[in-house]
Amino acid sequence: MTDQRFHPLNLLRAALRPIDPVLFALLAVILGYAFVLMQSASPERIPSLLANAAVALSAMWLAARLSPQRLLALALPLYAVGVLLLVAVDLFGETSKGATRWLDIGITRIQPSELMKIAMPLMLAWYFQQREGQIGLRDFIVAGVLLVVPVGLILVQPDLGTSLLVTAAGVYVIFFAGLSWKLIVPVALVGIVGVGAIVGFGDQLCQPDVDWQVLREYQKHRVCTLLDPTQDPLGKGFHIIQSTIAIGSGGVLGKGWMEGTQTHLSFIPERHTDFIFSVLAEEFGLVGTLVLLASYLLLLLRGFTIALQAPSLAARLLAGSITMIFFTYAFVNMGMVSGILPVVGVPLPFISYGGTALVTLCLGVGILMSIQRSRATGQG
Amino acid sequence: MTEFRTPDEELARFRRRVLVAGIFIVVCFGLLAARFYFLQVVQYDYFHTRAEDNRIGLLPIVPNRGAILDRNGVVLARNFAAYTLEITPSRVADLDAAIDALGEVITIDARDRRRFRKLLEESRNFESVPIRNRLSDEEVARFVARRYRFPGVEVRARLFRDYPQGELASHVVGYIGRINARDEERIEERGETANYRGSDHIGKSGLELSYEADLHGVTGVEQVEVNAGGRAVRLISRAPATAGRDLELTLDIELQKVAEAAFGDRRGALVAIDPRNGGILALASKPTFDPNLFVDGISTADWSALNDSPDHPLLNRAIYSTYPPGSTFKPFMALAALETGKRTAKQTIADPGYFMFAGRRFMDDKIGGHGTVDLHESIVVSCNTYYYQLANDLGIEGIANFMAPLGFGSRTGIDIPGEAEGVLPSPAWKRGRFRKVEQQRWYGGETISVGIGQGYNAYTPLQLANALATVVNGGKVFRPHVVRDVVDTATGGRRVVEPAPLRQLPLKAEHLAAVRQAMVDVNKGGTGARAFAGAPYSAGGKTGTAQVYSLKGSRYVAGRVTERLRDHSWFIAYAPAENPTIALAVLVENGGFGAQSAAPIARRVIDYHLLGNRDSEPAREDADARDGEADDAHEGHDGQEGPVEHGQDTAPDADLLHTEIGR
Repeated sequence: MTDQRFHPLNLLRAALRPIDPVLFALLAVILGYAFVLMQSASPERIPSLLANAAVALSAMWLAARLSPQRLLALALPLYAVGVLLLVAVDLFGETSKGATRWLDIGITRIQPSELMKIAMPLMLAWYFQQREGQIGLRDFIVAGVLLVVPVGLILVQPDLGTSLLVTAAGVYVIFFAGLSWKLIVPVALVGIVGVGAIVGFGDQLCQPDVDWQVLREYQKHRVCTLLDPTQDPLGKGFHIIQSTIAIGSGGVLGKGWMEGTQTHLSFIPERHTDFIFSVLAEEFGLVGTLVLLASYLLLLLRGFTIALQAPSLAARLLAGSITMIFFTYAFVNMGMVSGILPVVGVPLPFISYGGTALVTLCLGVGILMSIQRSRATGQG
Repeated sequence: MTEFRTPDEELARFRRRVLVAGIFIVVCFGLLAARFYFLQVVQYDYFHTRAEDNRIGLLPIVPNRGAILDRNGVVLARNFAAYTLEITPSRVADLDAAIDALGEVITIDARDRRRFRKLLEESRNFESVPIRNRLSDEEVARFVARRYRFPGVEVRARLFRDYPQGELASHVVGYIGRINARDEERIEERGETANYRGSDHIGKSGLELSYEADLHGVTGVEQVEVNAGGRAVRLISRAPATAGRDLELTLDIELQKVAEAAFGDRRGALVAIDPRNGGILALASKPTFDPNLFVDGISTADWSALNDSPDHPLLNRAIYSTYPPGSTFKPFMALAALETGKRTAKQTIADPGYFMFAGRRFMDDKIGGHGTVDLHESIVVSCNTYYYQLANDLGIEGIANFMAPLGFGSRTGIDIPGEAEGVLPSPAWKRGRFRKVEQQRWYGGETISVGIGQGYNAYTPLQLANALATVVNGGKVFRPHVVRDVVDTATGGRRVVEPAPLRQLPLKAEHLAAVRQAMVDVNKGGTGARAFAGAPYSAGGKTGTAQVYSLKGSRYVAGRVTERLRDHSWFIAYAPAENPTIALAVLVENGGFGAQSAAPIARRVIDYHLLGNRDSEPAREDADARDGEADDAHEGHDGQEGPVEHGQDTAPDADLLHTEIGR
């Protein structure tokens, strides 16, 4: 018996037990895309991509090993630390590209807003769990406050992309917790009308002397560039024009791996990070993009399945929210690269180059696996 | 456990919500799929053509950077074209092998390789990276003959920045360096990303930094047809670049040369201003450095030599280091006395050799005192007792209120970056400076030290020179400036850097005249007389000595303290006395008495400015000269007793202030 336990094969089996094979297979497909595209876009980054993937998968495995209760017990401390760090960033943070996002803790620079992407849904799920069976309007107000404080702190950095993602993460939990449609519909309407107004009156609003009050100058530029990318072809509009050309010229079957002229003649900016999707679309065509879209869709489907089978309210909310975050990343990134959403700096999930984002996303997958396993092993 | 308690109803609602979310996802992904279909199928032909057209590339044309010229047109910074050997890494399979092979044709030393590695890390993909700069014609010919062996390696003509004056005035001119990540952020913030497409270099310090927007110029665009390999094959259209603007300075490089030579190996700073318009005639900081080292990325050895040197050559002492002004503060104090009505010019005091305050003796330099002293005499012989009393009568607020409009303790706004604010001490300043309540309190004894320019006082040489300019020009405060005109080389248009004064101080002419007369007599029969002996013109001046270290209780003897703890030597001067065209402040670090080191340098500079006399030897130290006030300033604390702790230990030590910044 004891000999058997330490047999290498059994050890491996024990180590793999927390891994959900379906999620892992889908993740492998998507990460495969990442390597294939990076080889074309920026081959010298392959080694560090490997390193990032190793770290991220380890993070996933660690999260998957923990039970959902353990994870939820971390909610309050993680959230509190996250908020404190965000305050610290606003007070002593390092400024980079006009925004103060980084905190130098001596050994390395950290970006606390990234932590909030996980801490936020954990916190809200944990909160609703505490109030299970008696959730009322008051709880949604509390949840709203828990959401608004860190989002406000991220917004003043200013970091529109991350604050949108953190907002989304929290809103999804609130939505799944059952906020009344009577409240959801009007807010959604205001949003749609607002965006409609910006699109409709874009020309007037984008005059250089118009001050948008709430948004910083560079955010205004991003929205305005989306409305009319041809305004400044050598400057800000360049990204969108060139990535649209890359996507469109890929056609149905694409130009072939490593054959994208837009990619290889350096017309696509940031082609290893936010704009990596245009490399895919150019070299692998509509077929390549639809296969990726389908892979994401299956990943989301698996996420929802896990959510529906989750053993507790908190686990349900967490799984639903994480799944929706994956969706948000994918939709916003592909939308902005193909020119239907403004450029807000959201990476293509699991594919864009960037260690922090990959770790955050894989932690999310790990949490889903943890929830899936708790159902399987019957511990709620 | 909890799942059993979850009401079915709530679970059912969750399922409905997931369904809604699922539908939303499908709709959104459907939208994306439709968009991809639209772009990749419906509009394929259009985008296919556009991508083909993209073989018609837009190439930036880098503008010629503006030159920097002194007031007489002598070149301080210019460009020259030279050939570089560049490698496009993405087109070379084995970089090391390729570089080794290149090394057989053209000399490539270890430094070139190191720099190439560094640039390679910083560069974007598909960009060519220089491996060797400044190829000779012969090297170019040798490479071109063997070019077929080196795909991905090209010879290109690039413009380089050159500072023909080398170390001279390097703190003013500054230098450019390769654009790094931080610069790129700044460019992005200014919304100039498009304009810097193609630029490798940007101003990093001095005028190169502060006038970057003028010097850089506007990048042009060239439309070229690119072959499948990305190489330009045919020019289609061209919007030329607009060259950067030239800077013409008020600085006289010959005067600067005289000033820097006069320092010899000594550390210090000199600022010479034209009091009529605030134009900087010379601005020296010693030791100095060669800006040419920075242009192509400074080597580690050169950088550590500059950065780790205890003499801090990169530091611009003239505008960043602050020192107590010592007795050069006295003329300004005298003016405060007259303007506030605390003293008249004729009023005298009896100097017993010390001033008693709160049971403590503040000592004068001359044992037994200067006897009967009026305002004129107090400046000429630099009598401390007169100013101890005066400071006590004016009070610290009175002193601060009078000095602030002269520019003490605030940035002058000079057009070179990196200016320090200095410290004009006041109770309000002290409250902001210290944390502990007991340290925040202002003591009367501290006012007495401030009165003779010691204590918390800390000013830059520039502030002192500019304040002197205001006193000698009748009360006009200028924003000092190094640049006289910004010249658009294409149109010949000029933008004159505003010579109008910032403000006119309401100072009475007779008061100014009294102080100026005393300063003239300093150089005739007072502490500056030895340095200005035999001058064929009349100049005003004042010596000063800034304490570096307070020797509690023991008498200061220059020979006994180590060199770095010797006092700093100050001299302020202007000339000609009747209608001044130059006002200057000289500081020699650890130079001892003002009359000893700083005054001879001032004499040299004024001699050249007015007479054209040139002397390239360092100005000799005058070991016998004494200001008369230095030793007393130390001894002034001798025998202090009672509750009042003097500020000297906690004062922002000048030496500390300027060593802290490190680069």
